[in-house]
This record gives sequence, structure tokens and C-alpha cells, in this order.
Amino acid sequence: MSARERVAGGTASFIDERTGAAKWMKKTLTKVFPDHWSFMLGEIVMYSFVILLLSGTFLTFWFDPSMREVEYEGSYEPLNGIKMSAAYASALHISFDVRGGLLMRQIHHWAALIFMAAMVVHMMRVFFTGAFRKPRELNWIIGVALLTLGIVEGFLGYSLPDDLLSGTGIRIAEAIIQAIPVVGSYLSYFIFGGAFPGEMFIQRIYAVHILLIPGIMLALITAHLMLVWYQKHTQYPGPGRTEKNVVGYPLMPVYMAKAGGFFFIVFGVTAFLGAVAQINPIWIYGPYNPGQIGAGSQPDWYMGWLDGLVRAAPPIETHAFGITISWNILIPGLIIPGIIFTLMAFYPFIEQWMTGDKREHHVLDRPRNNPNRTAIGAMSLTFTLVSLINGGNDLLATHFDLSINQIMWFSRIGLIVLPPIAFVITKRICLSLQRADREKVLHGRETGRLVMLPHGEFIEVHEPLSPEKAYVLTAHEQLPALEIGEADENGVANPQGFKGKLRARMSKASQEQISKPTPKEMLELEDGHH
Amino acid sequence: MSETNRELEPLSDPGLPEHVHRKTDVDPLAAKKAERQVSILFTLSALGTILFVYAYVWIPEDTLIFLPLFNVTNAHQLFLGLGLAMALFFIGMGAVHWAKTLMPDHEVVDYRKEQRSKDEDRAAFVATVKDGAAQAGLGRRPLIKRSLGLALGLVGISPILLLRDLGPLPENDLNETNWKAGTRLVTDPGDRPIRPSDLEVGGVAQVQPEFPAGKVRHLDDIAQDSVLLIRIRPEEFNLDAERLSWTYEGIIAFSKICSHMGCAVALYEQTTKHLLCPCHQSTFDVTRAAKVIFGPAARPLPQLAITVDNEGYLVAKAPFNEAVGPSFWGRDSQ
Amino acid sequence: MGKSVNKFFGFISRYRRHRFAGPLMLLSGLLFAGIGYTVAHAATEEVQVVLSSDKASLISEGKEIFARGCSSCHGLNAEGAGAAPSLIGVGAASVDFQVATGRMPMADMSQQAMRKDPVYDERETAALAAYVASLAPGPAAVTNEELFWERDGNTAEGGELFRTNCAMCHNLAGQGGALTQGKYAPTVMGVEPKHIYEAMVTGPQAMPVFANSVLTHEEKLSIIKWIKFVETEPSQGGAALGRVGPVTEGAVGFILGLGILIGIAVWLTTKAR
Repeated sequence: MSARERVAGGTASFIDERTGAAKWMKKTLTKVFPDHWSFMLGEIVMYSFVILLLSGTFLTFWFDPSMREVEYEGSYEPLNGIKMSAAYASALHISFDVRGGLLMRQIHHWAALIFMAAMVVHMMRVFFTGAFRKPRELNWIIGVALLTLGIVEGFLGYSLPDDLLSGTGIRIAEAIIQAIPVVGSYLSYFIFGGAFPGEMFIQRIYAVHILLIPGIMLALITAHLMLVWYQKHTQYPGPGRTEKNVVGYPLMPVYMAKAGGFFFIVFGVTAFLGAVAQINPIWIYGPYNPGQIGAGSQPDWYMGWLDGLVRAAPPIETHAFGITISWNILIPGLIIPGIIFTLMAFYPFIEQWMTGDKREHHVLDRPRNNPNRTAIGAMSLTFTLVSLINGGNDLLATHFDLSINQIMWFSRIGLIVLPPIAFVITKRICLSLQRADREKVLHGRETGRLVMLPHGEFIEVHEPLSPEKAYVLTAHEQLPALEIGEADENGVANPQGFKGKLRARMSKASQEQISKPTPKEMLELEDGHH
Repeated sequence: MSETNRELEPLSDPGLPEHVHRKTDVDPLAAKKAERQVSILFTLSALGTILFVYAYVWIPEDTLIFLPLFNVTNAHQLFLGLGLAMALFFIGMGAVHWAKTLMPDHEVVDYRKEQRSKDEDRAAFVATVKDGAAQAGLGRRPLIKRSLGLALGLVGISPILLLRDLGPLPENDLNETNWKAGTRLVTDPGDRPIRPSDLEVGGVAQVQPEFPAGKVRHLDDIAQDSVLLIRIRPEEFNLDAERLSWTYEGIIAFSKICSHMGCAVALYEQTTKHLLCPCHQSTFDVTRAAKVIFGPAARPLPQLAITVDNEGYLVAKAPFNEAVGPSFWGRDSQ
Repeated sequence: MGKSVNKFFGFISRYRRHRFAGPLMLLSGLLFAGIGYTVAHAATEEVQVVLSSDKASLISEGKEIFARGCSSCHGLNAEGAGAAPSLIGVGAASVDFQVATGRMPMADMSQQAMRKDPVYDERETAALAAYVASLAPGPAAVTNEELFWERDGNTAEGGELFRTNCAMCHNLAGQGGALTQGKYAPTVMGVEPKHIYEAMVTGPQAMPVFANSVLTHEEKLSIIKWIKFVETEPSQGGAALGRVGPVTEGAVGFILGLGILIGIAVWLTTKAR
């Protein structure tokens, strides 16, 4: 036994004698993780979160979350002598007078953008492959909560430097709060400690940004990971992969080296962006002043779709009995996002209700094999994308020689018309892909080689698929639609009323499939002439 | 897929494919090469750290360099960042390359069990809960149950009440600005009073109410008081008699705080006489008392009645007759 | 003379809806432009020789250029017609700004006058300016040398003034922005100081006028100084990404940031051979 082995053994024994951890650790270190690039998306999110914690802590050492008015006297000459909040002045100090401060600020901001981007793409992966199905519904809901918190956290974060661009964002947030029926103006006065902008909000959102929300997110991420751990990871369909097993690499050493290495890679790429790409140059924007504004004021991208919705809203307000209800703010700012996030959180249960499938699933769907879900996803993405485009309409207008009025009308109509079109098209594409899969299984892959038969006929040579590939294309199951809404045994038509009818229709839509080859068809082919 | 319809499947599971050995598994030379590659990656990381330290200590903070694509940029920040990026990135690349080429790559199968507990465990769990509840006797002692409900229901009040002092009540604050009858209009920034002749046709001025000496203008004041003065030819106005009387020789004054969400509306197009809000693109027609002609805003911008005082400076004729800025529940006018 | 002019216009108005009128106008326009350019070019060379012409001759020269190149839209006496505004009283500053930045003559009436290579050279621009200034008093043209912005301006104050008066249209970093119906406020980067000054004084196109009584001469110099600072300011944090804010930043975060990471994830999870 080498010296190193003795030390390792000694440490393990020390820990086990005090915690009894050996049994658990033995299981843990041999835990199996399937390998696929799309399973790394969640890791990017987690690592970005760690990067945010580290770089954020660095920034707190100098950041002064105070709206006390100061006169700037730092090394950024064009702001010298300008009155500004201590928060903005300290953000300038970090950028120009702390070595590596600007780098850390930029890493923090880029990490936030990547955090949100990876989170959204991770959720798309989970959605389109059906990874949210039983038993993982709770983890999906935790994910939706994390997304919501992430949006709020990001918004508060870029508001902290108190520059003109972020102040404009806070102004808009205040208008949304103020528009809440009955209590709006009270809430606003409580949050801002009086009239907008007041002298309190930076220190308040600072506490929320660095303590409250990260704390909750950390707890939720822990729960999220524990559930992944406990339920074991899902896997893509393939030979040898079933609902009862999980195929992959053991945590120790392969997965640990890969995942640990990937953390450094994510940090490295973020640092690279922080080095080469300038982000949020607050010194150019100047300190916040409610009487000033810049053309092309946009939020960060994860808020952009909300801003786009607000821009597209119709100009409707209700005035009656001495009160005002601002539908133009409430609908795009609170009601639609509320509906979207609620539907998103409950989607696993909605799908269960539609399909009647309440079994556990550990093997993922290929998106084409669930056309209805894939189409719903494409529909939601289209809606978000159109509103995101509208959120940048002024920049699109100047850079592509368009008019903001045209883009606005395109978005207003597009928000209603395009999502259903995306639904229909996506569903058709999925069904075509299923048809292609079926053909491939039955007749093999088209090789593109043409052969002339002795009697002069040209045929394309089809190459049979390998059993592994063919298995992947047929491993999915196709459930029949639920039979509801028909007359029951007593002859009572549609015992469940409207709800039953709706469910039957939904079920029918969600089970629309191109039936995969049957064993009979396969046998006929084998016996046949081909 | 479930067991029941297995026989309906067209193909049976061919099972895990056979393990294919990597070059590094069978060829010691390849393994040696991979080892060298890994160590080169780790060495690159070390070089990155050296670059980082060099940039931190020896590149002055105001060193500028010209690089294509970047234009002139700050060398200190750039090399500090590149050093850090290298140092981190190549540790990761080395570790991953190591894992991929030299650590075992046998796929392992682990078995799942259903999440659902066994029936007897579930039954035992339910029994324990029921038993516990019975022992506590909550069902048998309604007095305790009700008073506990009362206590728990009320205890939430205290933390909510504690938040009361976060801020004052809005009272009538949102309806008021610092504009009073006779308040002079002064330039922002600069605080100079303005005569009508100072403003040419087609001209604009950003103004604030004049504050008595010693009173400081806070951001809260600016958020309510900001006004935009615009001068057009009087015959271009399309206003009713009252609103026309609020203008002075073609000069019209509007609150600059958007009636939609409070951004500063100051994009004035001299040719079309339209005001545009850069945040959400609400467009207001100046000749028709800032009527909304496009975008999400539902109300015109409040108009400030102006005239001149006996020294010839522009003054407010009266305070705003409605609340400025975004709508709120208690806002009492169209 | 007057009679023949009337006859000429009568002819025009009778045939202006003829189906050949459009192409014919285009052709003749191109022809005129070509001839005008050649003549103007020749004229320049002449002018170079006759440097010492007095103000009166400058005005008459301007009148000639005006009649050739501007009167078709702005009217023979600069009284304006249709979309083309009257130029009486706009002053030399306005002419200098519009012509020297190439905005006038316009290439295409349907869109906003854009900055392009000027059609007329310095001398011709000065002549046009002198002519228009002779019609009625208006803001005088300035030269870069007259504007002591480096000496009299204050960068920090200029930034404050820019953010209050200019940034809402021209963007916080002076990159320009969208206006209604496809119009836009151009970038202020790379604009000569005198043209920045003249634009503020005269309010070209959709831009409002910022008279010296509202925004003083010194304040204008400060704004110029700030713009010039931003123009030459190095991008402190790496590539500036167009200085247009979160939209490009989001795109870079997605494409470059997440894109690279996904690429690496694909490499990381493929089996080594």
C-alpha cells in the first residue's frame, strides 16, 4: 500500500467512524449518470449560479447600496463633479479604480445572461423530451419557480448600479406596481419608501438581491438536485435502455472529472466573455434622473419579452366612479405572465389529464413522437419570440430600415396569429418525421445510390438499418386516445358533460400519431421479396 | 414501455451494444500521447495564471491598445480577463480530456425502483399519522382545535404589520406637483427663467418649476415636475378654447412624465408635431393636446396652463388639473 | 419672358400625368444631375482661381446654384412647395448643415434626408448659404475654428445636458434611435463640431430647435465636447458591441456564451475513439 493510499484510507475511515457515511458514499460514488450533451444544460445553469455567487461576493466588497447623493470624484473624467447616488459612484469605482473590478462586473453580468439562457434551454430540453412526467412533476415546478426567481433576481441585479438605463427599468416596474388594483399606490409607496424614486429602493433591492432571492434559489436548487439524485436521471431511448434501468458512467471517477472539469470550462468561457466583450457600460449611460431618458432603452433579454408585450398592448383604461384600471399595463404586465407561468407549472398535470397516462416514465420521448406536446412548446416559444422581437422594435427599426409602427402592428397581429400557425406546422412536421421513421424501419435508409436493373428499371438502393437504430425508432409506445364522451352503458350520452367532451378532444389530439410498424408488417417484409 | 404490450412491439430490444475499445485502451503509445495532451492543457492553465498575475501587477490600468475588431481597448482589463479565462478554461479541458481518454469508459447499468413505497409501508405510514393525530386528541378537543386555528390565523398579522413602516401612505401625493399658479418655468439643467421670445417656432425646452432659494430639487421632484415646452405656429393648434387659453403665443407645455409608465417623453418631431416615448412607443399629437395616436398609452399627457408674469417670464397659470405620470387605482379623472 | 414661363408650366401641368411623364422626369433628372455635376465641377475649378470674390458675387453665385439644384423642390425664390419647406429665414447655418453633410439635395423624396457624401464643395456650399442668408436673417453658419469647444466646454456638464436634451432621440451613447413611421435620429458619432452646433441651432428635419436662449452657446460647446469624448473613448471592457445595450448583449450571451458551452458539452459527451 502506497503512502497516498494509506492517507486516503485513513481519511475515509476517520469520516466513516464519525458519520457512518461509508455505506451511503459507496452507493453515491458508483451512482450512474447517462451521458448526453443536452443533460449538461442544467449543469451550465448550476455552474453559472456558482460563478454568480463568487463574482457577486467580490462586488459586494466595494458596492455601496445607498442613494445618498454624492459628487463623483473618481478616475472617470466625464462624470467628475456630477451629482449621483453613492451606489452609482461605487459601481464606477469598481469599474475604474479596483483592479479586476470591471472584469468581475462583466463576468457577473455575462454569467447572469448565460444563467438565464441556459435555464431556458434546459427547460426546453426537459419539456420537449417529456422529462417532466411522473415522477418528476415536482422538479418541473421547482424549475418554473427558479425561472421566475431568476428573472426577478436578474432584473434587481442590473437595477442596482442606479444608472440611467436601469433606473428607467425601475420606473417601469414602479408603474406596474402602481397599476395593481386597489393597493397599487400603497404598495409602491411602501416599496420605495415614499414617492418614486425616493431614497430607499437601492438598499432594499440590494438585500433582496444578495440575500433573500439567492437564499431561496440555493434551497430550491438543492432540492432540485436531491430529487435528480434520488429519482435517478432520465435517459434517451436506445438499445439496452429501459424504464427499469439507467445506463451511463459511474460518478467516480469519470463523471466527477467531466462535471468538475465542465465547471472550470463554464467559468473560463464566462471569464473570456468578461474579458473581450463589454457589457452594460454604465459610465456612458450616466446616473439615473427621472427627467432624462435614452432612445433604445431595453431591459436584459429575459425581461425583453415582457417589455415587448407591454409595448404591444392596446391603449385601454377604465375610468369609473373615481377609479382607474390600467388594462394596458395589467394585461401584459401581470395577467398574461401570470397565466403563462401558471400553465407552465401545471403542464405535467394538464398532460396527464389529457392522456390519462399516470405511470412513471424514465425513458425520454423523442420530440417527434409526441407531436401535440412538441407543437404546444413551439406555440409558446413563438409567442415569446414575437414579444421579444417587439421588445427590441426600436433597434430593429433603425438597423433594418423598418418603422416601429410596422413592427408594432406585425407583433400585435403576430402574437395572436403566429402561435396557432406554429402549432399546426410543428405538428405536421412531427407526423412527417414519424412517417419517415416508419419508412426507414420498414424499407431501410435511402442510400442515394441508383442501380439499373437488368430490364432497365432504375431503383434506389435501400440499406437496412442496424438493429440498434431500428430499435430506437420503434421503442416509443403509442397510447390509444381516451374513450370519454361516448354514451355510457346506461345509454346516457356523454356522462361527463363539457369537461368530458373537452378531455376527449384533447386526448384525441394528443394521441394523433403515425402508427409505427407492427410485428406483422415486419414479418411480412422479412418473408417477402424485398 | 409497459410489459403488457411488449409482444406488440415490432422489434425486441437488442440489448446494450458491445463495448468498443478506445485507441488509448489498446495502444500504449496513444495513451502516452493522450497523457501528454492532458498535461499540455494543464500547463496552458498555469500559463494563464502567469498572464493574469503579470497583467495585474505590471500592466498599468490605463494602458490602451488597438486591436482589430475591438478598436481601442483597455489592455489591463483585457489581459487580466484573458489570463483568468485561460487559467480556468484549460483546467476544465484537461480534466475532461483526461476523463474521456484515460479513465475507464465502460457504461454501467444501474437499476431503478419505483418511487412508490410498498403497500405495507404506505399503510403503516397512514396508520402512524392517524395514530399520532388520535394521540394528540385534536379531534376530541374542539376547543383546542378552534383556538389553535385562531392563533395561527392571527400570528401572520404581526410580520405584515411590521412592514407598515416601509413607507408613508400616498395620501394625495400622486395628484400633486410643485407647480402652482405663478411658478416660473426654469431650464433643466441651468435653472434660468424663460421668456416667450427665447423659444423659436420649432424649438423645445426642458423645464422645471422654479424653487425658492434654499430648496433643493430631489429626484422625486423631477419625477413629478418635469415639463416639456414646445413652440409651434399658433394657427397649427387644433384645441378647444379652454386648452388654447392654456398656451401662450404658440407655446404649449406638457408633463414630460409619460401617462403610460412614467418614462420621460421628449422625442419631439418638429415636422409632424408628434411626441414619442422611447420606452413603449406611445405617440402623442402636440397640436391636439397630446392626444394618443399610437402605442399603449391610454391618456394624453397632462397639459400645464402657462402665461407670462409682469416681468415677461413664462409662468404656470395654474397647477396641473390632473395627476401626472402613470395611472393608479385612485386616479380620479379621464 | 413671364409669358413663356407660364406657357412652359402650362405644358407641364397638362402632361404631368402622362404615362411617360414619370420615366421622362427621371431621365431628365438624371441628365440634369449629370450636367449639373459636370458644370459644378468645372465651376469649382474656376472658383479656385477667382478666390477673391466679394460677398455680392458669392450671393449671386449661390443664387445660380440654387436655381439649378434646389429650386425644383424649394421653389425658384426659396418660398417652398409641398413637402419642401420655405428656406426664407432659415439662415446660413441651416444651409451649411444640410448641404455640407450631404443631406441636401435629397436623393429620394420618400425617405428622410440622409447623411451622405456632399454634392457641393465647400465654396458652393458657402455660396448657397450666402444666398439663403441674403433672403432673410437667420442663424449664421459657423466654422470648426470658431467653436472653442475644447477650451470653453465642460465634458461632465455636456454629458448631463446631452442626457436631458439629446439622449431621448440620439441614444445615451449617441448611437441614434428610432422615431415614428420609419424616421430616425442619426448617430452623432463622427459629426463635425460645426454641424452638431448648426443642427442644434436650426433644428433640421424632425429635430427641434435648441435656441441659444434656452441652451446657451457654452452649453452647446459642452455637449460637443462630451460627444467628442464619447466618440474617441476606448471601450474599456472589450468589444463595444455597437454600444446599443441589452439587445446585442443578450444575443452575444446566447450565441457566443451558451453556443460555445453547448459545443463543448457535445464534445464532452461523445465517446473518445
